[in-house]
Amino acid sequence: MVTLNLLIAVCLIYVAGLFLVAFLAERAALRGRGGWLLRSPLVYTLSLSIYCTAWTFYGAVGYAARSGLEYVTIYLGPTLVMIGWWWVLRRLVRIGRAQRVTSVADLISARFGKSNLLAVMVTAMAVIGVTPYIALQLQSVTLSVSIFAADDVSSMQSGDLNDYAAFWVAAGLAVFTLVFGTRNLNANERHHGVVIAVAVEAVVKLVALLAVGAFVVWGVAGGLADTISRIDASPIGTWQTGGGRWSALIVLSAAAFVCLPRMFQVLVVENEDERHLQIASWAFPIYLLAISLFVVPIAVIGLELMPTGANPDLYVLTIPLSQGQSGLAMLVFLGGFSSATSMVIVATLALSTMMSNHIVMPLWLQLSARGAQQSGDVRAVVIRARRLSILLIISLGYLYYRASGGSGALAAIGLISFGGVAQFLPALLGGIFWRGATRTGAVAGLAAGFVVWMYTMLLPSFGPDGALPAAVFEQGLFGVSQLRPRALFGITGLDPTVHAVWWSLSLNTLLFITVSIFSFPTPLERLQGAQFVNVFDRSSRHARGWSASEGEAEDLMIMSQRILGAPEAQAFFRDQALQQGRVGRSPAPTPEFVQALERELAASVGAATANAMIGQIIGGQAISVEELMAVADESAQILEYSSKLELKSRQLAETAHELSRANEKLTQLSLLKDSFLTQISHELRTPMTSIRSFSEILRDMADLSDVDKTRYASIIHSETIRLTRLLDDLLDLAVLEGGQVSLNCKTVNLHDILEQAVTTAQASSAREFDIRRQVANEDVTLVTDGDRLAQVFINLVSNALKYCDAAEPELDIAVRREAENVIVAFTDNGSGIPADGETVVFEKFVRLGRGEGDGAGLGLAICREIVTRLGGAISYVPLEKGGRFEVRLSSGHAGKELPRMLLI
Amino acid sequence: MGKHVVLVEDETNIAEAIRFLLGREGWRVETLANGGNAAEVIRAAGPDLVILDVMLPGKTGFEILAELRADSALADLPVLMLTARGQARDREMAMQAGASRFMTKPFANNEMLAAVRELTQGRVD
Amino acid sequence: MAKTPLFLERQSYRRRRMMDAVRILPLLCAVLWMIVPMMWPNGTEQSEPTSLSHAIGYVFIVWAVGIVATAGLWHRIRSRDDADEARQTEPRS
Repeated sequence: MVTLNLLIAVCLIYVAGLFLVAFLAERAALRGRGGWLLRSPLVYTLSLSIYCTAWTFYGAVGYAARSGLEYVTIYLGPTLVMIGWWWVLRRLVRIGRAQRVTSVADLISARFGKSNLLAVMVTAMAVIGVTPYIALQLQSVTLSVSIFAADDVSSMQSGDLNDYAAFWVAAGLAVFTLVFGTRNLNANERHHGVVIAVAVEAVVKLVALLAVGAFVVWGVAGGLADTISRIDASPIGTWQTGGGRWSALIVLSAAAFVCLPRMFQVLVVENEDERHLQIASWAFPIYLLAISLFVVPIAVIGLELMPTGANPDLYVLTIPLSQGQSGLAMLVFLGGFSSATSMVIVATLALSTMMSNHIVMPLWLQLSARGAQQSGDVRAVVIRARRLSILLIISLGYLYYRASGGSGALAAIGLISFGGVAQFLPALLGGIFWRGATRTGAVAGLAAGFVVWMYTMLLPSFGPDGALPAAVFEQGLFGVSQLRPRALFGITGLDPTVHAVWWSLSLNTLLFITVSIFSFPTPLERLQGAQFVNVFDRSSRHARGWSASEGEAEDLMIMSQRILGAPEAQAFFRDQALQQGRVGRSPAPTPEFVQALERELAASVGAATANAMIGQIIGGQAISVEELMAVADESAQILEYSSKLELKSRQLAETAHELSRANEKLTQLSLLKDSFLTQISHELRTPMTSIRSFSEILRDMADLSDVDKTRYASIIHSETIRLTRLLDDLLDLAVLEGGQVSLNCKTVNLHDILEQAVTTAQASSAREFDIRRQVANEDVTLVTDGDRLAQVFINLVSNALKYCDAAEPELDIAVRREAENVIVAFTDNGSGIPADGETVVFEKFVRLGRGEGDGAGLGLAICREIVTRLGGAISYVPLEKGGRFEVRLSSGHAGKELPRMLLI
Repeated sequence: MGKHVVLVEDETNIAEAIRFLLGREGWRVETLANGGNAAEVIRAAGPDLVILDVMLPGKTGFEILAELRADSALADLPVLMLTARGQARDREMAMQAGASRFMTKPFANNEMLAAVRELTQGRVD
Repeated sequence: MAKTPLFLERQSYRRRRMMDAVRILPLLCAVLWMIVPMMWPNGTEQSEPTSLSHAIGYVFIVWAVGIVATAGLWHRIRSRDDADEARQTEPRS
């Protein structure tokens, strides 16, 4: 026996658990942790299950008990949309991310020139369409509570109880949505807490329904075979659905799946990663299949077991209770509670975003005389608007529930809601697939569809003499029989739902297309249309629209800080400035920048409001857009009609450009060659001068002393060596530069190479030198040409020995690792390389500074060539005192680049 | 009074060869390795002859020559230019800058001595 | 722009056919779900109405096969990156 108090206690614990889960998720997201779960495709898929509300949890069984298999159409439609993700959802998600769309109203408004009229229409229609749906959730919770209460003698009057339960459920949901739905303003920053709570509830409701199903099949009936025979023997045991109604319902549920504000919220706005959609494309249908699997067996067993008067909508709950399974009944109650709460939370969140962005904020902007940039903290206003909207929507749902008295089968209310939101479909699909769709067309289509829906579906649902007088049903509006709400244009005999869906959607579509064809879009609409329809086309992504002056940039900054928050706005401006290459300054107000800013703002307040705010500051955007459109039109025509011609001319231009570059390079090469030859000539003639002169002296003068003779001979000798070395270097360089060098790559130890280099360099130097090493760090294994690397090191050490001008010269050789690289640094304590020489020190024939050197200035040029060939880099790092050469080698696979180098 | 020559040459070995050769001819040879202050040193020393290398650290030989020729006191001082680059363009530039004689390295000792004698004939005895 | 080769290497060819399948699959499911049940006798004509268990069996088997096919196709195409996908599958207009 489950007492009411126990039920309430379990409910409270469950809700507290949800709060905790949501809180932990928010905190983890804030600290950048738990991304593997929060941003996982599993959570995305489970969050889609808010499609399965209390309507499907309780109502599907009732639906099946009344109409057989028809209930399954409500799941088949979404399955088709998911399996067909490539067609529609892929585009929606990409557009949603590219345009930073915050809701379905935002998307439609943004597509049709950021029209606020459309945004308001869609928002109003969504609120009207979804309010009964929210009421339906409250109704289902109170219904389920009343089942338990009927068993509980201690309970109060059931009427009071229903109001009581509905009120507290509504209040609790409002608190939850306020806490986790308005924590951050930017709708594109996902509501991790909400999403994770919804995912948890998805599991609870699925488990509950499967548990009841298993209990019914194997606990009440005698297994699968028995269940099947009971199904066929039941009053619903034959196929009764008319084909028209069957297909119409599949189309309707598919349309609603895409258009419902809460589905748009979880499908598009809360989407973290486009790849998740592909996974959900098969994972979510599995969920749908599982949740609808046992519906018919439960309905059939319910029809058998329950008394005739029992509400089939509650079979899920009453069957376990009648069999004395209180635990299972409790689980079912929680499942139903989960379905209701998750739907209300997300639907409210989605609707409140729409209301605050499209109704409250524009009003506020209009009323606030001082304009966007001077007014107070807009952030606070937006958040307040959103909170107010949440309270308003939940109140509306509650009031609707109280007013309607909780009557009517759940499924009927659900279908009416579906019919309302399905009216968005033509504008939505037209907007993302057809560039010719215009704002006027969308307004006409939406209005027509909505009116027809109201007249044929919503109002008749209140029954004859409910919202419409009975006479209207009989004779039509104003007595015109063509206008009977269930037989428009005299077409009778159609199922009412098929009739309403058919007429509302076809009139909607017809007007949308016709008016679009005969109206002309504004420039902004055409711009947005191109971006939406060609969202997968890279070239059209950067449409421009704004032109601002430097002075206005400051105003933009002030406004952004108020909407995005100071640190976020500053970070955004800094990033943009960095992208423009303006380090440490504010970004230039280029059209690209203003557009990026608009998108950023749109993520917080919606496209139309963001557009209006920026328009307030920059003003007169239409002019520049128009100008731009004129140009864009021309280029579009060129692209469309003479793309070949353009391609040719581009190729020509490219060829011409390449030719002129080649020419430049040749001229440069020729200059380089001249200067190289001059240098070579100088370097060769200088030692030859001494050699010739002294050899003539030795030959011609007999009276030289022995000391002089020896001295002159040794000068000749050393100059000959200098010549030889010069020739060697030149050949070496020619080979290296020609790329024909063959590297002999082996596994070598860096320590051995440094040891060899230092020993060799010291042997040819007479100076006393303090060389410091870090032997421990030098134990690095490299695959490289050891001899070539040693040549580089010898050169660097010798240079230091030769040119370090400190009184007590020191050379420090340090080895360190950076990621994949090994860096060998040679630091001396001399005066370093003069500042003007730093850039040219690795060039050929550059000898800097101290004059006493005898090299031709090829050493470092050769070093650079070798290190490059070995797949590394060499650089000079000027220091406060002294200079440092750094050789960067990639560890492990130095020389791996070799084959490519050889190809070049 | 010995004949006085200022030799501006950064290559020590070449400078030593010329100093030896001219020293045997009775010249007093003053050697400078840097072009930076060569013009001042020459002005102060007042030599009978200047032998000037083209590629020098500090200043090029052409620059030094231009400075010398700009000074009216030194306008007709004989200057023998040496260059290791040996291009026709250098010779033209040297002649335009006012060099008395231009020689390409490497040179024969006799040629060099003959040039020195020729340049200083009638001026120094 | 890079020239599009007339014939693709085997792997790209396979990927394109996979994407064709991804596009066709929902249409196939729609036909099986929406057109076929319309032809079932529902008791209003002379013939014996279709039994509910047969109808359930048909709908759920199409459902399961559709899911398995979608998952299988996803498995085959997931290795390609987005850029690849956008370039290769978006029809040029």
